[in-house]
Amino acid sequence: MTAKLPVAFLPLIDAAPLIVAVELGFDRDEGFALDLRRAHSWSSLRDMVSFGQVTAAQMLAPMPVATALGLVGTGAALASVAVLSTNGEVIGVSNAMARRIRDTGYSFGAGFGDARAAGQALIAAADGPLRIGVPFPFSMHAELLYHWLTALGLPAPAAVDIRTVPPPLMASALAAGELDAFCVGEPWGSMAVETNAGALLLPGSAIWPGAPEKVLGVRADLADASPEPLRAMIRALWRAGEWLSDPQSRTTACAFLSRRNYVDVPAEMIDRALSGHLTLTSRGDSRIVPDFVGFAQSTPQQDHAAWIAGRLAARLGLDRATARQAAIATWRTDLHDTALRAIPGYSPRPDAMTHSFDGQEFSPFLQE
Amino acid sequence: MQRILKIIIVETDPSRAALIEESLAHAGQYELLTITDMSRLTAAIADHNPDIILIDLDNPSRDSLEELRLASAPLERPVALFVDQSDANLTKLAIEAGVSAYVVDGLRADRLKPIIDAAVARFTMFRQMRNELATTKRALEERKVIDRAKGLLMKARGIDEQAAYDLLRRAAMDQGRKVYDVAEALVTTAGLLS
Repeated sequence: MTAKLPVAFLPLIDAAPLIVAVELGFDRDEGFALDLRRAHSWSSLRDMVSFGQVTAAQMLAPMPVATALGLVGTGAALASVAVLSTNGEVIGVSNAMARRIRDTGYSFGAGFGDARAAGQALIAAADGPLRIGVPFPFSMHAELLYHWLTALGLPAPAAVDIRTVPPPLMASALAAGELDAFCVGEPWGSMAVETNAGALLLPGSAIWPGAPEKVLGVRADLADASPEPLRAMIRALWRAGEWLSDPQSRTTACAFLSRRNYVDVPAEMIDRALSGHLTLTSRGDSRIVPDFVGFAQSTPQQDHAAWIAGRLAARLGLDRATARQAAIATWRTDLHDTALRAIPGYSPRPDAMTHSFDGQEFSPFLQE
Repeated sequence: MQRILKIIIVETDPSRAALIEESLAHAGQYELLTITDMSRLTAAIADHNPDIILIDLDNPSRDSLEELRLASAPLERPVALFVDQSDANLTKLAIEAGVSAYVVDGLRADRLKPIIDAAVARFTMFRQMRNELATTKRALEERKVIDRAKGLLMKARGIDEQAAYDLLRRAAMDQGRKVYDVAEALVTTAGLLS
């Protein structure tokens, strides 16, 4: 009998590698069966990992880092053993904010993808501290947002009002006037457009292309004590990522993800993110974003962990060097590499997180 | 005399909240407050400055409570998910029952235990009720599909209901599948053909 490995996910398009691995049987090819459990929040998903109800989970890239810094969680150390996706975040604004942004002369259709123009228009349109929703305090959504606004002269998070809102509730928070803007994972940005709650302003990939978004998180002691089942899981997910990177797979992938037990939204809503062909406003403005979301950068880069740790430490007043060291230890590049070297012809892809929109070269050390 | 602990229950369903309050009232003397509106949850919690927050593990708004741990959080005293190394089992039980407890720093485990125990008992009951409801729903749905499949067979082959059911059951046994699975396949295929 094949071993069942319970793994938790949230209803988001970047759970795709997990869903595809099950639906196409990449798990059984590796001699185990993924048992996917849908969670309702990042914190409950993390607790499921910490208390052993699941072996692994789709996590926001900063979660294992924040746990290592003692900022969240229950103390059980976590490890990232694979990158499940890069980018795929989207920034949206309320209808009221969209009107004010248009009044500055900005065009949603033409500007989508231009981080500088979009950010300047948003800052110019604000009448008071911007209220921005993010799915979790420790997320790439928050990090990209802060980098973007700060680079354009609005110190974030200091000068903005950041609120944690669960992704499926982002559209209704926007419609209820509780938020001016959000940064969220798909399909929840597109759902806000579809329900006429707001408009899309910028893809996360326009702020820092190649930024790791979701990782496969496990308990650190598990990574050391029984690496073999994890290696099999890493290989199955890598194959799923390769399959997802083929444009021909898209229609099938959308059909898988839209099912009731997974993301549970119409396939057409999922197609927007997977094709990068996004509908931006309820007037029908649309734009194609190449590399809106990526599934092929699966190696955890320790520099990325150090970058996240440096930013968190600077913001929360922790020692940066210590934070970086603690963070690097949570990203298990070694385990990932030994797993994939067993695949004939495997060669790692170069790191794609090179330059941000404002020309900053990627470095694990923050510019002072 | 110890200060009475202030407990906030975060629960969107008022009748469930009332049941939780009731079981806590039996466990000891506490000041109980329920928040049902999830918008501005952290601000509402900050206004009341509680010692303990109880929230359903499946409540998506739980993520906003993680903010309370941050230095910039709107709460005077830091709050964290309750984990006591001496009694990690208690937290594990709570998580299995579907409740999470956020507790202010420095609250002694012995003051907390009766509260967690009461919450765990109540949430275990909720979970059982939810599972039973789901099982009943599923049974009803399966029944509907089997009835439709029987109807299709009766019409197509001119047989009576018992014969139609026997046919489904035999097919299921031959293929090593459940009667429901065979019935569902038949109904789906018939939908394509009509």
